[in-house]
Amino acid sequence: MLRYAWIIAFIPALSFFLILFFGKRMPKGGSEIGIAALGASFVLSVVAAVQWIDKVESTEGGEGGHALGALGQAFHVAGEAGHTVVEPVLASVSWFTLGGVDIRAGTMIDGLSVMMLFVVSLVSLLVHIYSTSYMEGDRRYTYFFAALSLFSASMLTLVIAGSTLLLLVGWELVGLCSFMLIGHWWEEGANSDAALKAFFTTRTGDIGLIIGIVILFFGAGGTFDIPTINEMAVNGEMSQTVLTTASVALLIGIIGKSGQFPLHTWLPDAMAGPTPVSALIHAATMVVAGVFLGARLYPVFFEGFHIADGGLNAMAVIGGITVIIGAALAFVQNDIKKVLAYSTISQIGYMVMALGVGAWLAAVFHLFTHAFFKADLFLGSGSVSHAVHTFDMRKMGGLRKVMPHTFWTFIISSLALAGFFPLAGFWSKDEIINTAGKADYDFFLVVGLVGAFMTAAYMTRCVWLTFFGEYRGAEHPHESPKAILVPLWILAIGAVFAGFLNATAFDIHKFTEWVEPTSAFPEVIVPEFSVPLAVFSFMVAAAGVAVAGAYYVYGMGPRGLTERNASARAGYTFLENKYYLDHLYTDLVVGSIKGPIARGTYWFNQNVIDGVVNAAGTGTRRVGRFTYDVIDQKIVDGSVNEIAAATDETGGLLRYLQSGRVQRYALILFASVGVLSLALVFAN
Amino acid sequence: MNWFDSWALTLVTFIPIVGMVVMLIIPRKEEYSIKVVALLTTVVTFGVSVAIAARFDYDAGGGLQFDVDKPWIDTISSRYHVGIDGISLPLLLLTTFITVACVIYSWNHFPKPHTPKAFLALILVLETGMVGTFIAQDLILFFVFFEIVLLPMFFMIGVWGGPNRSYASIKFFLFTMFGSAFMLLGFLAIFWQTGTFDIPELSAMAGDGIVGSTQNLIFAGLFLGFAIKVPMFPFHTWLPDAHTEAPTVGSVLLAAVLLKLGTYGFVRIALPVLPDAAIDWAPWLGLLAVIGIIYGALACLAQSDMKRLIAFSSVAHMGFVMLGIATLTDIGINAAVFGMVAHGLITGMLFFLAGSVGERYGTREMSRLGGLLTQTPRLGWILGFLAMASLGLPGLAGFWGEFPAILAAYNPLDALPLETFRSYMVIAAVGTVLAAGYLLWMLQRVAMGKVKPEFEQTDVHDINTAEWIAWSPILLFVLALGVYPDIIFGVTNDAVAQLTATAFGG
Repeated sequence: MLRYAWIIAFIPALSFFLILFFGKRMPKGGSEIGIAALGASFVLSVVAAVQWIDKVESTEGGEGGHALGALGQAFHVAGEAGHTVVEPVLASVSWFTLGGVDIRAGTMIDGLSVMMLFVVSLVSLLVHIYSTSYMEGDRRYTYFFAALSLFSASMLTLVIAGSTLLLLVGWELVGLCSFMLIGHWWEEGANSDAALKAFFTTRTGDIGLIIGIVILFFGAGGTFDIPTINEMAVNGEMSQTVLTTASVALLIGIIGKSGQFPLHTWLPDAMAGPTPVSALIHAATMVVAGVFLGARLYPVFFEGFHIADGGLNAMAVIGGITVIIGAALAFVQNDIKKVLAYSTISQIGYMVMALGVGAWLAAVFHLFTHAFFKADLFLGSGSVSHAVHTFDMRKMGGLRKVMPHTFWTFIISSLALAGFFPLAGFWSKDEIINTAGKADYDFFLVVGLVGAFMTAAYMTRCVWLTFFGEYRGAEHPHESPKAILVPLWILAIGAVFAGFLNATAFDIHKFTEWVEPTSAFPEVIVPEFSVPLAVFSFMVAAAGVAVAGAYYVYGMGPRGLTERNASARAGYTFLENKYYLDHLYTDLVVGSIKGPIARGTYWFNQNVIDGVVNAAGTGTRRVGRFTYDVIDQKIVDGSVNEIAAATDETGGLLRYLQSGRVQRYALILFASVGVLSLALVFAN
Repeated sequence: MNWFDSWALTLVTFIPIVGMVVMLIIPRKEEYSIKVVALLTTVVTFGVSVAIAARFDYDAGGGLQFDVDKPWIDTISSRYHVGIDGISLPLLLLTTFITVACVIYSWNHFPKPHTPKAFLALILVLETGMVGTFIAQDLILFFVFFEIVLLPMFFMIGVWGGPNRSYASIKFFLFTMFGSAFMLLGFLAIFWQTGTFDIPELSAMAGDGIVGSTQNLIFAGLFLGFAIKVPMFPFHTWLPDAHTEAPTVGSVLLAAVLLKLGTYGFVRIALPVLPDAAIDWAPWLGLLAVIGIIYGALACLAQSDMKRLIAFSSVAHMGFVMLGIATLTDIGINAAVFGMVAHGLITGMLFFLAGSVGERYGTREMSRLGGLLTQTPRLGWILGFLAMASLGLPGLAGFWGEFPAILAAYNPLDALPLETFRSYMVIAAVGTVLAAGYLLWMLQRVAMGKVKPEFEQTDVHDINTAEWIAWSPILLFVLALGVYPDIIFGVTNDAVAQLTATAFGG
């Protein structure tokens, strides 16, 4: 299966076309095709995962020697004598030839892609099942499932891509699907606005991605091949300038796609799409594509940003800022999905920060665990809105009694997100914080802890407002049907147990063993589990819950601070306006380009450039008129005046046509060119 | 050489003229027969071009094939020399293919004044001119075909065009004619310097025998001729007017094929014949190209008429093609040829759509339109598909013209200034975002949202049979080229490698 992983992506692609052409005629509107396709992809992903694990374990079991390719040996993690190298499984076909370079389309299967295959196909399958109920009776039910299939195919292509070019293809296609699905209900202007905003913002980031890919193409001597690029980066075969500029460029791509500061503003708006879409695309899979890119081309970033040296680098800083600003905004939202959206921004900030401080494994591990609990939270919020027909938490409350399943899964996932022992988020977040401390990135250790505190606090607020207290709405809430609850529980189970794959406290390192690359990979620091730090970070999370509980539940602490204190009020307004970034982008940047700049350009076009053209025409006409009146009447007969008359803008063409003068005019033009050329020939 | 090989190119060029003559004999009232003759003519022409493609030796794509070289005008040493290589072939196929689609689309879409006979006759004359330009291997022959194209298009705009047709058609005619005059001067100067009009012979000389300063002057003449046709900033102002006023089919042919005559001229003549001048001029070509990309996109954002927006988008897209050419590299020129075909299909198709929308609603003002997806979902989806293709989404044809051009700009020919071209690369990359901007805003205004009250009661029919037949092959090609770009790169590679090796000593 590892060599034929393309099939996993191909099945949903096929399903897309089947749903598109036959979906409407199917008894269940095409959803059955999508579910079957994703089911098949999921099973094959599991097969691939098992085979990969098998390969890793068998290589480690003694006969590792043969896997040490000549190249691999040079780059394997130093310092661990006898550490075995498991090469990724590569397969490719010739795609096209460009300027003498054979460009290949291929797959690169290693622990990272296998893990992503598993996550993407699982979440996608669950979202498909969930949507059969959630989207029931939607005006574009069939189309919705077609788009989900296309998305799955693109995302799966992205994660198995063996070349930066194929990765770019997948990257852009998931962007397209995101656009289609955010704007699913495009009758409303707000929804299509959100879809456009998402597309533009990520595409702005894509400028960086494209340029980064181009730089690496030439830096690696004319190839898009990811293993080659990584090997050359690790091996010091690319200049520092190339690596650094490529890293900066690619980071811009990551910022756009993964909702990092300062291009994160599209993600909360993207919540205009149907909730299953938010869970799949804007929580578990597409938005982490940037993190995946960072992990995939890690050697480039590692060398480009001097990550081994500690201190500050752009990647860690961007991630760190995003952790805090995302979490801060989650406090002032009343829309449950927006709380989760800002939470996602903040959590992806953790992953990017982790990459920036050299915690590759922790970043990828957090991506893995986050997919479970965040998808679960989104689907949970969908289940809630299914019952109360709103996302506004001010119209919820007390739902734990009527929606026990939704409540419990939501609680589990919230605790996992907040980093409570021993749930999934605890292990991955702890690993990030721990590595930052060990790798001389102490500042980011603090950022991580502050973020953990804030996460626990805003989730407490969110859970309190939604599930506790008295119901404040006017609907009659009820528990959701099975198609919604089963996916919720499956993900909740994942949110409990996914972390145990790398429960370093119990000396379990399966995730590291299976996922961390062993060939063409830089020397990253893998710290030992630290009990004091783990206890401390757990206490920080608990404190977050306690403080938020005291404030929101028991009404303790300062009240009405924003009314009494000017600076507090200013701060709150600043947050409410999302740091004014939306104003900056929408009104200032986009507004001025769309408005004055575009209109100015067009004015310039019509009045200056075209003015010159028209003036030339009018001038010629005047000259012609003069020639006709003064010279022609006496000397030449009927050639120049035709040009002048024909240039006359005011003359109607039909009049000329009827009199047959256009033909004559054209004839004369041809003739004059002919005469001119003949004259030149003879002159020669 | 068998009979077909020596006659194929002559056939594919002149069958349309023969068809036109047959059509002229049929009385004006026999509309149906006229249409059938026109259709048959274009289908047969397309068939011959497919047969050419089938017999084409792709392993020898670098050299001329179906080569015919006969005396023509001895007094000026001009010969009837035709032949194709890997660069001409895709454009030849594009031309014959799009012409068939145009005739099919015209079947029941004749604009006022409703005179199918004259209209179709012009399309056929146009086809001869377009095909001839792509196969000509003699400068004078090239010039003649290049100019033949002008007249039918002039009448198409001037007679069947919109309210401002006379201004637009005359502007189109005079502007291009102006450039052509300089181009002809350039051709004659080349002749004086070398004693031949033969393009392969001149290319093989690679500028030997023409000193640098003279080359630069001659290049200036050719530049005017080709740059106006492309059109490059700042010679583009005829284009929006011509497109806005032209009938749908005229716009399609204008966008799909006519603009390519200019870029093809650069690739076929200006670069290989005057390589030293090309190196001197390339940074300026690149500069005008990237200005065109940004400028065209900004002008698009200011449009309220759907068709005029698409017209300005051509300025931006042809900027990518010219950027590819300006790098003077294998990758860049391959990208340019791909870009020509992709733009031809995508923008041609967008003009079909704009025409059909305008016909159904009686307006192309985007502020009055809306909810196309509700009223005519298929039309709306195709518009979305094409917007995505046009903004360069990977997996569709547009991407393979844009991305490799950006790629090439990072690493232009060694003799060119590296930093300059790298700056162009960044500007071009910014242009892709603006492209997403104007195309998606168009999509949003036209296709999304609710139907405006004024059209709520209008009975708007979705895509009809003629439209399906004309469009579906184009749409399929946009997808096929996007998924498997080797369909074109596989053909052009050898020819481009040959060209750059001879001209710039690759």
